[in-house]
Amino acid sequence: MIRMSRVIISAINLTKYFPVQRGFLERLISRKLEYIRAVDGVDLEIKEEETFALVGETGCGKTTTGRLLVRLLEPTGGDIFFRGIRITHIKGEELRKLRRHLQIIFQDPYASLNPRMKIGDAIGHPLEIHDIAKGREKRQIVLEMLEKVGLTPAERYYELYPHQLSGGERQRVVISRAMILKPDFIVADEPISMIDVSLRAKILELMVDLKKEFHVTYLFITHDLATAKYISDRIAVMYLGKIVELATTDELFSNPLHPYVKALISAIPRPGPKAERERLLLRGEIPSPINPPSGCRLHPRCPFKIRICSKEEPKLLEKERGHYVACHLY
Amino acid sequence: MKCLLNINELKVYYFTRRGVVRAVDGVSLNISRGEVLGLVGESGSGKSTLGISLLGLVPPPGRVVGGSIIFDGIELTKLSADEFAKIRGRRISMIFQDPMTSLNPLMKIGDHLMETIMIHENIPKNEARERSIKALEEVGIPPERFNDYPHQFSGGMRQRVMIALAILLNPDLIIADEPTTALDVIVQAQIIDLLNNLRKQYNMSILLISHDIGVVSEIADKIAVMYAGHLVEMADVDVIFKDPLHPYTSALLRAVPLIESKYEKLYYIPGSPPDLVNPPKGCRFHPRCPHATDICRTREPRTVSIEDHIVKCWMYCDTYE
Repeated sequence: MIRMSRVIISAINLTKYFPVQRGFLERLISRKLEYIRAVDGVDLEIKEEETFALVGETGCGKTTTGRLLVRLLEPTGGDIFFRGIRITHIKGEELRKLRRHLQIIFQDPYASLNPRMKIGDAIGHPLEIHDIAKGREKRQIVLEMLEKVGLTPAERYYELYPHQLSGGERQRVVISRAMILKPDFIVADEPISMIDVSLRAKILELMVDLKKEFHVTYLFITHDLATAKYISDRIAVMYLGKIVELATTDELFSNPLHPYVKALISAIPRPGPKAERERLLLRGEIPSPINPPSGCRLHPRCPFKIRICSKEEPKLLEKERGHYVACHLY
Repeated sequence: MKCLLNINELKVYYFTRRGVVRAVDGVSLNISRGEVLGLVGESGSGKSTLGISLLGLVPPPGRVVGGSIIFDGIELTKLSADEFAKIRGRRISMIFQDPMTSLNPLMKIGDHLMETIMIHENIPKNEARERSIKALEEVGIPPERFNDYPHQFSGGMRQRVMIALAILLNPDLIIADEPTTALDVIVQAQIIDLLNNLRKQYNMSILLISHDIGVVSEIADKIAVMYAGHLVEMADVDVIFKDPLHPYTSALLRAVPLIESKYEKLYYIPGSPPDLVNPPKGCRFHPRCPHATDICRTREPRTVSIEDHIVKCWMYCDTYE
């Protein structure tokens, strides 16, 4: 169905540590610097024209991973490759040129548009930055884009300011701005979580349509497995800075292996007749990423833990074809 | 089941400089003793305003302008501030959405609980303390955390504290406004299970307000759907999912990605929710409704009920009369 051949972007042992901010007194008392291990050794390969979902709870490192891949954050360690070229540390002019191919859609459409910039100018701005078009030519490209995302009449929307639009319309502007350069890879970070429920499907559908038209690859970051199931070809689930399971979407839902993923799936509210169903619930909440648990990071909460779990960290291994899991049970 | 709460033609308006926002515009519903009613709607549908009006907490420039709220024989809309204070917390309590901002950061968890008891009941301190510890145990917080401050708790634990506060005085009705929205999915499931257990144990009624129809379906017996200040449909949970009558309800069910959806493709509702200063004439959903006819555009539909299924839509006005 989807041409899944070449790898467009890949990460090898990617890490990002943020130093913990401390007060003046704390700094005097202790010299030890602490780090939040937001992303702690992530390997992944995203293939040309697929939609790859990165799923996890708050603080699991999914957003940081997304930002690292488009080089909005400087990685602490590891490597990132775009079409086989190492982009981990490129800077300046080279990075600016790269940005044309890597774009991001942020979660909050209220905060990601300049309130003093007209919609048309906001969408057209990247064209000017990258010397692609300006003046009348730019206007023409922007108007076509507005038509495509359904902000019609385009002439009218061009002149509006962000505060005159609803949340759903704003998100369409943000999507247009990311698409206008015809990038190869877009990180969409929770693009629908701040949109009214009745309009979410519209945004998802728009993203699917634009993908078909522009042959773009998505990294779709979400906390909602149901949304990921709807939109993605493959899913990776993160827990405390690490990928714990990675598989095609169908495989992940029909045959989840990792206890954390099983718990996530069983925790999703299910409408419909209230049949008593078994729920695999983990105890407690996610521990601090400053001092993550030893061995498998899930072990203090895992109902299936065995002796080795607290001692040795499980590697992400291919259990079945294309189905990777990091758990000592397998 | 005995009727505990009866809301009749309730109207709550906000008198803003832009005009009158008709947040709740003629809503009627009942909650029986021990029943959980899920109130579902999008942001701006008036569901939260309805919730806080039951506690007499509608903030200015808003106020209740019409209708009645009868709670166990008491007309709440006519109560004075002092009279309301005796009911609030004691007989009707509230769980707010955001446990991060609903607790006083300078007060120990235990003091929060003891203060609540001692305001309403004239009992010695050590008895209040004992009862507070017992309430914490009910919600799964160990007694040794009695003297901790809110910032020492995680989001899920804080929401447990909020629930402990809400059940402390054994109220008849709890209003839970998006109690799990700020939480991650696994913690959300823990809180849902906790609410389910407590409700069985104490036979409490709960008004569960949420935009997430999935969460609501996990606890509620009945679901009420609000759109633009109107109650458009109300029925048993299973009926709502199997046989929704109102076009808005069925569209909403198809617009949300669900894990076991019976629909292949997501459906979206065209347009966006209306501005309540200037709601559409006739049925408020008509500009977005695929079945809208002339009458929908001009006249507001009546609310009709077939057995226990209530719907406000012209499509059913003739059929069931």
